[in-house]
Amino acid sequence: MIPLKFIDKKVRSVGRFISFFVLIFVLSLTSGCSGAKSVGIIIAGSTSVQPFAEALAEEYMRLNPGFVIDVQGGGSSAGVMSAKTNTADIGMSSRNLKDDETKLWSVEIARDGLAVIVHPSNPIQNLTLKQVRYIYSGVISNWNQLGGINKEIHVITREEGSGTRSAFEGLVMNKIDINPRSIVQDSNGTVRQLVGDDAYAIGYLSLGLLNDKVKAVELDGVKATRENVINGSYNLSRPFLFITSVEPKGDVKKFIDFVLSEEGKRMLDAEGLVTFDNGGTQ
Amino acid sequence: MKLRKDKLLSFGFFLIALSTLSALAVITIFIFVEGLPIINKVGVINFIFGMKWAPSQGEYGIFPMIIGTLSVTLGAALIGVPVALCVSIFLTEFAPKRVRTILRPAIQLLAGIPSVVYGFWGLTFIVPTIRTYLGGPGLSILAGSLILAIMILPTIISISEVSLLALPGLYKQGSLALGATHWQTIHRVLIPSAKSGIMAAIILGIGRAIGETMAVIMVLGNAVALPRSILDPARTLTTNIGIEMGYASGEHQQALFATGIVLFVMIMLLNSVAQFIVRKR
Repeated sequence: MIPLKFIDKKVRSVGRFISFFVLIFVLSLTSGCSGAKSVGIIIAGSTSVQPFAEALAEEYMRLNPGFVIDVQGGGSSAGVMSAKTNTADIGMSSRNLKDDETKLWSVEIARDGLAVIVHPSNPIQNLTLKQVRYIYSGVISNWNQLGGINKEIHVITREEGSGTRSAFEGLVMNKIDINPRSIVQDSNGTVRQLVGDDAYAIGYLSLGLLNDKVKAVELDGVKATRENVINGSYNLSRPFLFITSVEPKGDVKKFIDFVLSEEGKRMLDAEGLVTFDNGGTQ
Repeated sequence: MKLRKDKLLSFGFFLIALSTLSALAVITIFIFVEGLPIINKVGVINFIFGMKWAPSQGEYGIFPMIIGTLSVTLGAALIGVPVALCVSIFLTEFAPKRVRTILRPAIQLLAGIPSVVYGFWGLTFIVPTIRTYLGGPGLSILAGSLILAIMILPTIISISEVSLLALPGLYKQGSLALGATHWQTIHRVLIPSAKSGIMAAIILGIGRAIGETMAVIMVLGNAVALPRSILDPARTLTTNIGIEMGYASGEHQQALFATGIVLFVMIMLLNSVAQFIVRKR
């Protein structure tokens, strides 16, 4: 039982107790804010762009000792939102800005290709965009419909909200739903792992994350390579955007300039992304 | 003077107890505040019985996930409960002391393995095995049930063992004195007498299975469709939150909180049933 009488007497000390915690809470909040100021730049958003931004930030911090860049995930939508609300200095997105977001300032730092992958033992070398769409919508469900073996296709997709998924939906699905029976995984890594383990699986991931455990099929006869993304013959590619609420200046501009410099481009190229001669603003 | 110190101490402990309660309150309020608007917007019936989950198109139906949760949990119970009961009976009635001193901590260790390790083991061992020998993609209700069955063993074993041990020695002695065999005693006298404790153990185990997320995400395949067989992939309520929270914003995020509300209500109901059964004893 609660000692009621006892609490009565002690109300004042309870008040002191609580105000003590409130004080600590408020202090920790304010110190958090002032801490964030001294960080320098906060970058947040697409987890597809995140590893590349981290590599760039690391290099930039090495070149400019004492300067700190904090790179966080959260997803493309969160990236756009955090740029809009200024919770981050730079938002990252792996999809184009939607119509209601075009007021923001953005720059395409690189382009990422999507590869459609199967198990290396799969005899299929080439698929048309239409065939991929039919596989993912469930119209084609057996490899023998594509000239392969008589086995059910194990379709693997990404989760709702993922930038890779929305890029795939936009580039391949043409407003047709992905079959809800498809297996859903929440990272490029797990998709690659599952396709590498399963002889009858199909999946898709960032071109830069291909390895020899999986095989990228040709799309409409075009190989999934960097060169083909640059020359435009390979269609499955998506932009990597840096977004700010207003035209960048000061430290933010310096960092973006670095990313778009020859040095930055060289790093992104080395990571498997595709960069342009003129990182054009939009 | 001493009395005052005592009171002060007891008051301190009371405050700490209160803080756990307030944590519960804060979390509950937060989940409901975040989740209720979308349920109101979509409609309770549409939300719970809707078949299509497509947040990018504004479709929020979680029925396939409710079925997924129920089937995976049922599977885990069907596999795990008989094993757990046999083990607890073995521990209390048959096991020699030396075996017991090894077996009991070993079972407790099972509870200490992080769920991501279970999931990883499931993904690299159970899933390929199912794929090779039973067909399908391997990521399936069966895989999820097997993993969860192992994960709920410690809960069910230790609670039902405690309730078997709590029985007065007279029950067993009386039954044996009347000429019943050891097995007849176990199955006609001891198990029925410990029934409420065992039921509570099973329900708590099931509660654990419903709430498990990480291991299930890794082996269940997470497809949002009504499963047609135990070899089909499925998604549970917890994994829906776990797999999509990374990118969710706006209504999508609210819908994940709403999924949490449904889960919350389910687990609250289960726990109250367990409490009720235990108290009835």
